[in-house]
Amino acid sequence: MVKRLFVRGNEAVCLGAIAAGCKHYFGYPITPQNDIPEFMSRELPKINGEFIQAESEIAAVNMVLGAAATGARTMTSSSSPGISLKMETISYMACMELPCLIVNISRSGPGLGGIDASQGDYFQAVKGGGHGGYHIIVLAPSSIQEMYDLTMLAFDLAEIYRTPAMILGDAVVGQMKEPLIPHPKPDTRLPEKDWALRGIGDGEQRIIKSLFLGDGELEAQNWKLHAKYMELKERETRWEEFETADALLLVTAFGSAARIAKTAVVMAREEGLKVGLLRPITLFPFPAEAYATVTRHCKKILDIELNTGQMLEDVRLSVARDADVSFYGRPSGTGSLPTPEELLEQIRKHY
Amino acid sequence: MQLVFKRPLSLKDVHTHFCPGCHHGTVHRLVAEALDEYGLQKRTIGVASIGCSVFLYSYFNIDVVESPHGRAPAVATGVKRAKPDSFVFTYQGDGDLAAIGTAEIIHAANRGEDISVIFVNNTTYGMTGGQMAPTTLLGQRTSTSPYGRSREKEGSPIRVTELLTNLDGVAFAARVAVNTPKNLMDAKKQIKKAFRYQVEKKGFSFVEVLSACPTNWGMNPIEANERVGKEMCEYFKLGVYKNTAEL
Repeated sequence: MVKRLFVRGNEAVCLGAIAAGCKHYFGYPITPQNDIPEFMSRELPKINGEFIQAESEIAAVNMVLGAAATGARTMTSSSSPGISLKMETISYMACMELPCLIVNISRSGPGLGGIDASQGDYFQAVKGGGHGGYHIIVLAPSSIQEMYDLTMLAFDLAEIYRTPAMILGDAVVGQMKEPLIPHPKPDTRLPEKDWALRGIGDGEQRIIKSLFLGDGELEAQNWKLHAKYMELKERETRWEEFETADALLLVTAFGSAARIAKTAVVMAREEGLKVGLLRPITLFPFPAEAYATVTRHCKKILDIELNTGQMLEDVRLSVARDADVSFYGRPSGTGSLPTPEELLEQIRKHY
Repeated sequence: MQLVFKRPLSLKDVHTHFCPGCHHGTVHRLVAEALDEYGLQKRTIGVASIGCSVFLYSYFNIDVVESPHGRAPAVATGVKRAKPDSFVFTYQGDGDLAAIGTAEIIHAANRGEDISVIFVNNTTYGMTGGQMAPTTLLGQRTSTSPYGRSREKEGSPIRVTELLTNLDGVAFAARVAVNTPKNLMDAKKQIKKAFRYQVEKKGFSFVEVLSACPTNWGMNPIEANERVGKEMCEYFKLGVYKNTAEL
């Protein structure tokens, strides 16, 4: 019989991380991600791992920087304001080309906001929330199984492309419980870490830095990063399509919003409406080609988000030129999570 | 012929970018000699900070990771926890360690991380052009305290070594200077001792080095050295503040 667990999404992230070989976690308390540091503080010592509750989110992500510099699989987690604090260092790590995992179980905002489910951090996550013009890989799970699977994938992608990766979730996928089928990590071929610091030994000096002052050095580094982002767009986009083949209206949503949207799409189908769902799993790289393909035949798109329209910009840039993109979303806050019936009403309106 | 003086293995054979009379080059050499003393070069990972000290990797022939401003003790924590057999030190200035990085140094010290910290205190932000630092002396004019630092508005200079000495996690703490041959010899001794603490896994070690920044002080190197001895040593008392293992 297949082993099944019944766990919270935040715990699924931890289980996925440990199964992926992550033994170094550094974090700081903030709701609604606290299950993650609590789980790691309990489990990592049992496998000779390292857990530190740092003095701040800033210190935590800098510990990640240090561990990553030695080639260790390492991660931190936080929620929106804490992720904002980490942004300077994420920019450093993007430039230093250091792999790591950052989990954002986001809060509602701006400011201190609240702890409800929210997708208000989409721009921050996918547009390079820190300074200087960079991207990180951003994965958006919409189930507890995906919290586990995408955590594993994030570590592999981070190492293959030598860049930080982020899991972008919220209280819905973080704190909800669902069945999870654990499995060993995929047997991905990973590049040798010939850049990792180890002490020079009998070899050459290795330097991990983001300061490039020589003539042309920084420009070259930026072109290198740009090429990496182009390669990610070329090779690593992931998405789910549901009932899109004959759809006359395409609903699109990611993460927790996509769960509610999917229910609404099923309800619409039961009414005889030809509605499909396109759910991006990678938010960066954004699966633009999926939108281009589906909107060759389906010209009406309804984008649904738990914000006032952020992914909307990427959707508009990706669809066929003659496609008509509508939006429905509510900024996050207590009581703002839409019901499937509410979304079904929007589907009928835009069909 | 007998060889009486040579470049430490841990230093590269290059010229530094430091200004005439700057003490960074001297402190670099002392650190390199201490690394050589214990044969640490091959397993050392240095953590560079922000400021004139960022170019650590240009002068030391060791593996180096850069740290964001003030965060070197956190970065060093991550390095050491992930690679406990490596020798890990940070090299930080007073703006970096005593202002923006206050939280990181206090908590790394309090956890008793098995790392060594070299704290170069020259009472100013050197690289950015001589602004007021947390260690700027009362009355000292800088580009952001043009009327002189006042206790009323800016508070008194922070004595970091004394502050850290109070924390249980600190195993070794000393303040030294490199303005005279005598002080320099003692500085060398204390830096070696600090490194021995880590080599013998005896806990967090910290050395504050009073040093000169003639360019931003508007002095020639001789005057700057004299200022270290007269003004700085008067406020920042030299000595070994903590030596728990009595090494």
